[in-house]
Amino acid sequence: MTTVSQWRLRAGAASSSAKAAAGPAGTRRQQRLALLALAPALTMFCAFWLLPFARLVLMGAEIDRGSGISAYLAILTHRQYLISLAATLGVSLVVSITAVGIAGLAGFFLARHCFPGKAALVAILTFPLAFPGVVVGFLVIMLGGRQGILAQLSQWLFDERWIFAYSLTGLFVGYLYFSIPRVITTVMAACETLDRSLEEAARSLGADTWRVTRDVIVPGIAPALLSTGAICFATSMGAFGTAFTLGTRMSILPLNIYGEFTNYANFAMAAALSVVLGLITWLALSIARKLAGSSLGAPA
Amino acid sequence: MTTRIRFLLQLGFTLLVCLFMIVPVVMSALAGLTENYFVGLKSGLTLRWVNDVWQLYADTIWLSIRLALACLTVTVLLGVPAAYGLLRSRRRWANAIEEALLLPVAVPGLATALALLLAYGHYREFRDSWLFILVGHVLFTLPFMIRPVLSVMRTARLPQLEEAAASLGAGFWRRFLTVVVPNCMSGILAGALMVVTLSIGEFNITWMLHTPLTKTLPVGLADSYASMRLEIGSAYTLIFLVMIVPLLVAIQWAGRLTVQHH
Repeated sequence: MTTVSQWRLRAGAASSSAKAAAGPAGTRRQQRLALLALAPALTMFCAFWLLPFARLVLMGAEIDRGSGISAYLAILTHRQYLISLAATLGVSLVVSITAVGIAGLAGFFLARHCFPGKAALVAILTFPLAFPGVVVGFLVIMLGGRQGILAQLSQWLFDERWIFAYSLTGLFVGYLYFSIPRVITTVMAACETLDRSLEEAARSLGADTWRVTRDVIVPGIAPALLSTGAICFATSMGAFGTAFTLGTRMSILPLNIYGEFTNYANFAMAAALSVVLGLITWLALSIARKLAGSSLGAPA
Repeated sequence: MTTRIRFLLQLGFTLLVCLFMIVPVVMSALAGLTENYFVGLKSGLTLRWVNDVWQLYADTIWLSIRLALACLTVTVLLGVPAAYGLLRSRRRWANAIEEALLLPVAVPGLATALALLLAYGHYREFRDSWLFILVGHVLFTLPFMIRPVLSVMRTARLPQLEEAAASLGAGFWRRFLTVVVPNCMSGILAGALMVVTLSIGEFNITWMLHTPLTKTLPVGLADSYASMRLEIGSAYTLIFLVMIVPLLVAIQWAGRLTVQHH
């Protein structure tokens, strides 16, 4: 990979004097053209994202209304922010691991077996990928809300209404709901690229199914599993819509940011929390892309 | 024998996961079509709630469609040249720029929206118009246009084709419009479907940027979930699903098309 790009750079340097109309990337004319083609998108990006976000980063260093110290410092020193940071990290981490476990199993099964109706199952498991967080929140209410299916069932069976939608469990179920399709698509794609002859070799050497799974299959798709787990983690960290619809009193970073901004007009704290949250999700997604190199990971 | 049992166990597990995904969707659809959800299906089926949603929220649906189409236009106009620029830039620069353009996707929508609000919120006319939301949507969807177009460009032997056109005397614009753009049509199509789907469903940025006069479909959804009866929220969700599912089917179809193409 590096040798190819080095070669291209050298080739570019060598031919920069000879002006070809459509020569290889690297001639000066080509570079100018490339910059020109990129200019509109880059202008848009700088004006509406880079500069505003740079201001947000600076604003986070201003005095926090609640504590009277710099907002970044307040996050690091005040219990309420540390607890909410830990809660958000914890829920996201547990959801990602659970989703990778559940959807990894189902995705592997679907990738390896052919049976009538499989296409329908794959469709059911992947289409919710495009549901916005608000809709996912509503679906959790359909499951575990006051009039949800669990409440109806438990009313009928035990004469009491079981409700989980508005608690931490509801949040967990919602995050799981939008994570499963992400993992399924990645795992199914990764299984396609697995080298089946390795499994056959392991089997012919006497390994049972469990050992083949542990020593051949899981290591083979491990980068995909880690990458999709990181995407689920980042998505859960930033999931505002689901938590908002569920109306939980849970102290979760996205809800904190929204509250500080709209309820208290505490811009410095809202900015600082946004920057911290953005840094975490950006890191997670960078790791995901390093591992897999392709998927963008559409947020919920 | 054990393989059979293992197959059935795994199938059962997968079916359970499917149930978890589909049951709330079916319930929501039914609730939107039931006269009284609390009484149940025996109260009869009706289109009354769908009609009510149309009366209450039709303008949010139109605004979402308008936003999605405007967003598509802007991302094509910005994204296709940008992909070409990335293709022609030095590898190191191209990677850095791609990474930068991905930032609005990598950072939660809430943060992007907050940055926009604090920087441009005091330009009242801009802030109150739907263009303010459009800016957020374009930032967020642009990478989803650039990525597929760039990957098609990389596999389409564009340099050779362009060189051939140049040797026949075609200038840059002629080459771009008659060689580059037609050759990455499948990428543009895949990107376009993705951009429209994401724009119609976008909530995290839009919720922060909307005003009472610029409510989009997902904003309306959140509004109905919070303040309307369950049947209306369900009927509204049903309308959203009817809009989004054909797009998802088209995305799968386009994905298969590009895979076959190469």
